[in-house]
Amino acid sequence: MFNFNIEFTGEFVAFFLLAVCAIVGAVLAINFTKVVHMALSLAFTFISLAGLYVLLGAEFVAFVQVLLYVGAITILMIFGIMMTKHDGEGQEPARPLLETLAAIGCLCLFGILFYGIRSAEFPAEAASLPADNTLEIGKLLFTQYAIPFELVSVLLTVAFIGAVALAKREEDPQ
Amino acid sequence: MTILSSYLTLAAVLFCVGLYGVLTKRNAIIVLLSVELMLNAVNLNLIAFSKYGVNPSLAGQIFTLFTITVAAAEAAVGVAILVVLYRSRATVNVDEFDELRR
Repeated sequence: MFNFNIEFTGEFVAFFLLAVCAIVGAVLAINFTKVVHMALSLAFTFISLAGLYVLLGAEFVAFVQVLLYVGAITILMIFGIMMTKHDGEGQEPARPLLETLAAIGCLCLFGILFYGIRSAEFPAEAASLPADNTLEIGKLLFTQYAIPFELVSVLLTVAFIGAVALAKREEDPQ
Repeated sequence: MTILSSYLTLAAVLFCVGLYGVLTKRNAIIVLLSVELMLNAVNLNLIAFSKYGVNPSLAGQIFTLFTITVAAAEAAVGVAILVVLYRSRATVNVDEFDELRR
């Protein structure tokens, strides 16, 4: 079950480097004490994941990842950090029981997932996806997935209108 | 050990780190960002299966696009709710938002 016979091809080396970057970014984000540092370190993780998407032949999704996650969501979170005060950072009261329980639970979940991944049978060779996958994704989005695509656009519009309506400062009645 | 299981293991690691952040962090913005990290782990799984899976096709990448869209909507609404909560309670600690428990 635990045979680590990996041939060191270029793809595996690139995967290994990007995976190390992603995991380091995530773990640092958990360990930093300042909120802005956490957000930037998670942005590093998102960029590494975009690199992994390029490695997997999904260039369009990689660009969307960089635009949306790194460009929009992280910046939105940084604006959220700026708009809320956070004096007490760094001197949180330690909650050892909760943290230990959460760590044990996450490690158990990882163990179960790891066991499942190891014991599953996967096809060995990669499939040949179409070379210009942006064109193919566009065709699929407007034929087979047209209705979900339109529904998602409605969802986005509703969500952003809702966000603006929520965050608008209410007029004082008196 | 195929390269697909390496991708799945990486996604499992990221998911567990995100779950730990959701469970232990007190700043609500970091909790939202950890949820984004968990969603990203799932996206990585979908894209890995779209290339190396049993039935490889572009459907995995399209599902990933939908997931990213929903994640963007979730982040926008989440930050808006946080700003409103901060205005009324002057805190972003998730364990002080306990009106429903009292």
